Amino acid sequence: MQPLVDLGRRGRELIESFGRSGQFLFGALAGMPDPRVGFPLLIKQLYFLGVLSLAIIVVSGLFIGMVLGLQGYTILSDYGSEAAIGQMIALTLVRELGPVVTALLFAGRAGSALTAEIGLMKATEQLSSMEMMGVDPLRRVIAPRFWAGFLAVPVLAAIFSVVGIWGGMLVGVEWLGVFEGSFWGNMQSSVDFSSDVMNGVIKSVVFGFVCTWIAVYQGYDCVPTSAGISSATTKTVVFSSLAVLGLDFVLTAVMFGDF
Amino acid sequence: MAQRTADLMVGLFMVVGIAALLFLALQVSGLSPKSSGDSYTLYANFNDAGSLSSRAKVSMAGVTIGSIREVTLNRETFQARVVIDVSASVDNIPADSAAIIRTSGLLGEQYIDISVGGDMTSLADGDTFYTTQSAMNLERLISNFASGQ
Repeated sequence: MQPLVDLGRRGRELIESFGRSGQFLFGALAGMPDPRVGFPLLIKQLYFLGVLSLAIIVVSGLFIGMVLGLQGYTILSDYGSEAAIGQMIALTLVRELGPVVTALLFAGRAGSALTAEIGLMKATEQLSSMEMMGVDPLRRVIAPRFWAGFLAVPVLAAIFSVVGIWGGMLVGVEWLGVFEGSFWGNMQSSVDFSSDVMNGVIKSVVFGFVCTWIAVYQGYDCVPTSAGISSATTKTVVFSSLAVLGLDFVLTAVMFGDF
Repeated sequence: MAQRTADLMVGLFMVVGIAALLFLALQVSGLSPKSSGDSYTLYANFNDAGSLSSRAKVSMAGVTIGSIREVTLNRETFQARVVIDVSASVDNIPADSAAIIRTSGLLGEQYIDISVGGDMTSLADGDTFYTTQSAMNLERLISNFASGQ
């Protein structure tokens, strides 16, 4: 009998958690702070979430582009069509790897930090003291962080794709001797702005939304102990990664599938 | 001071992001402001369009002069109807020119090559190519050869 009760309790807790996260999202989105107060807060969070993530994004993008160039060259040169690596690298990065890897790195670097920071604020009762002073923590703490993450991910993904394409060009054109004109020409004739680049941007907007939502919610909803914060941080990274990969399949099917 | 540094860095971050998006638009996807504006439309009917798809190039003497907008099926004749956008600067294609589907390289993608005719009049917006040559089908070629036809 007891296992059945446990199962029911867990199921109910899961549904409750979805409900709380929905209310939480509504509170954070509807609670736009006064622009004079909110804008500096947003800038500060954009600095922490966006600018400080640049290093990992640029380095990963460079190496992923270089690996794509190298692998693409080895496979395509068997068929004498190594000039197609331009289009291969660009399509792979713009459609898939740019948004997905950026979101995964963002969840690992910035999402976990968000959760830990908000969780610690809760554990040290900073959030409750704000409420005591009549300041809504959803507006003051959560909303700037949420919007900053939402804005930072698409920008980071675009930078990731560009650096990756540059890395692929470095390997393909500079080192392996693919003709530069056909590298760019093949790329430009096969990449379409509205269906490839913009769909990649839409993907990264969705991923930014989901990753930041999970991160701030896990921090806000964590058990206010050191063990609770650590488990919330783990959950942020795991849930964000799973959500990004799952959503990526759904979005790809909707955008590029023929049905 | 710290706030101003953060402002500056975030501003730079946003500018770099917009520059990256512009790079993706202009350099990677080859989006140029004049690409759609000044072109005119021609049509060509093929018995077999092969794997010709929209956005494939249209060339003349090896120079790209346009692109394919769409490939549809003509329900009356059961032929493939290809809509071609030709750059407005090439407005003197002789009316008896032929549209031929060719493959770039052995495994490359298919494109339309316009074989120039000798007519004095030229094709205008909305005209249809009179002569066309369908895609070469390697399997059909081999089976014809094997059966001795």
